[in-house]
Amino acid sequence: MASILTNLFDGVAYGMLLFVLACGLAVTLGLMNFVNLAHGAFAMAGGYICAVLVNNSGWPFFAALPLAFVGSAVIGVVLERTLYRHLYSRSHLDQVLFSIGLVFMSVAAVDYIMGSSRVFIKLPAALEGQIDLFGVGIGRYRLMIVVICGLLTLALQLILAKTRFGSRLRAAVDDPRAAIGLGINVPQVFAFTFAFGCGLAGLGGALSAEILGLDPYFPLKFMIYFLIVVTVGGSSSITGPFLASLLLGIADVAGKYYVPKVGPFVIYTVMIVILLWRPNGLFGRTAAR
Amino acid sequence: MTALSDVSTHAMASARWRISEVAFWVLALACAFLFPSRYLIMTDIVRLGLFALSLDLILGYAGIVSLGHAAFFGVGAYSAGLLALHGIINEPVIALVAAGLVAAVLGFLTSFLVIRGVDLTRLMVTLGIALLLEALAERFSDITGGTDGLQGIEMQPILGLFAFDMFGKTGLFYSLIVLFILFLFARRVVHSPFGLSLRAIRNNPLRAAAIGIPVNRRLIAVYTLAAFYAGIAGALFTQTTALASLDVFSFERSADLMLVLVIGGTGYLYGGLIGAVVFKMLQELFQSITPQYWLFWIGLVLVVIVMVGRARIHSWVLVVPNLVIRQFAGREAAVTVPKADAS
Repeated sequence: MASILTNLFDGVAYGMLLFVLACGLAVTLGLMNFVNLAHGAFAMAGGYICAVLVNNSGWPFFAALPLAFVGSAVIGVVLERTLYRHLYSRSHLDQVLFSIGLVFMSVAAVDYIMGSSRVFIKLPAALEGQIDLFGVGIGRYRLMIVVICGLLTLALQLILAKTRFGSRLRAAVDDPRAAIGLGINVPQVFAFTFAFGCGLAGLGGALSAEILGLDPYFPLKFMIYFLIVVTVGGSSSITGPFLASLLLGIADVAGKYYVPKVGPFVIYTVMIVILLWRPNGLFGRTAAR
Repeated sequence: MTALSDVSTHAMASARWRISEVAFWVLALACAFLFPSRYLIMTDIVRLGLFALSLDLILGYAGIVSLGHAAFFGVGAYSAGLLALHGIINEPVIALVAAGLVAAVLGFLTSFLVIRGVDLTRLMVTLGIALLLEALAERFSDITGGTDGLQGIEMQPILGLFAFDMFGKTGLFYSLIVLFILFLFARRVVHSPFGLSLRAIRNNPLRAAAIGIPVNRRLIAVYTLAAFYAGIAGALFTQTTALASLDVFSFERSADLMLVLVIGGTGYLYGGLIGAVVFKMLQELFQSITPQYWLFWIGLVLVVIVMVGRARIHSWVLVVPNLVIRQFAGREAAVTVPKADAS
């Protein structure tokens, strides 16, 4: 019983991590309809920024996390302004080719700068080990992830639902033309959202170094996971991708623990079936454009 | 009636063999004789060309964007490897066709998944299928050899006459002949009314359906055909290298294939072949400069191609050939991207 709960908790932590990693993609792919396969590259950038700061410069882990966010967001906004924005109106094929090119470049560049082996981030002692909660062993690090990601999710939901920026974004997504007509600076809103999404991915990358492993092939290895979260979750709200990430996280952890022989193809099969059954995602409501 | 006869004259005219096309194949054959020390890389190019031709059939002619075309390549590769390893079909040509048919069956079955949904769903489904197969191949390691791949494949002589030699001479001519035959068939198909209807579907599925083209049936047919071609390319890979490993399914293979086709241009069959030559030469060049980091330059090429615009690059590349051909024949180069299609 206890092991089931521990696994469930690990799954939830994993799922929340996936959500933070992928929710930026939910905006670019789901809302702006841009197929950005390079999303994982921003996560990797955040992870490496954090690793360099903590391991080489001796920063405390919690001080390096915000910088991972800022660093990835800056890279994101620079690329959005210089490259991405020219491709919003292009065909999906162009977008796919472009972002695959970016992935290849990021993989080789990180390999060149940081080496090809897996990087570990030195964690503070307070985050190591397990604590016992009602007889259920819970990893401290995973508990921290759940807390951070849970707070982030709440904050995102509040920003989207309550703030002026949130309503602008929703308007820009629902109908860009009408939004422009109302005086909303849609390109600016998109650029800001893109950067914010990249920053979240960077933060996720920094947090995930311990659990998913951080090496130059990160963007390729986890690309499919991010895509699953967004396509299965749909893009009409933030809840869809959130539930999809939790499902994916729990299913993946449980699958690896209980039926290791079946391997990862359960997830792929489930994804294909869901996509065929509901092409707009499990929780999507808008028609795919 | 005149409109109909106009269409058929136009279709017949575009299907006629041109001097530049004959020159292309003569040149290809000449290369095979001229560079005896380069058999292996040329075989690689021919295989890649055939694989790209297969993607061109669905991407360039039917407009299906696939991120997992390596699935069929891999199935073809493993089928050929298993057939040879267990001595089920020893004759390479028959094994080749059999491997292609296995891939075609898979293509037919998965085509029903692919024709549903929009671009994004197709991307995900094709990618998912390739990953699924890779995971399956890794899981059933007692059949596929797992991460070690199939080992100890011994190829019998082709038609019982031509044994594979260690320099790859037989392999090259074998691949070249297979490519040529399949190319002839593909050329016939795309210039047939069937091929014309595919182009109509790519340009506007709704209108194509309105003039009575059975859109889904056509897409299923061409997807199956493309899977057959990819399977043959995979089988050629196994037969000429005596190797089949998990990386035949890898995402990089599908992504590289896109690049090949984009370099050469889609929708005129030669794109894949020209792209394969350019891609392999680029790869050799980058690998000689930076053995470990050539992926960076490949990525840069992709980004630059997309940023500059694919149509524009092709018009630049074709400036010189067009100049030459205009001198001789007084018209544009035959090997050109149809202007309306270059999108």
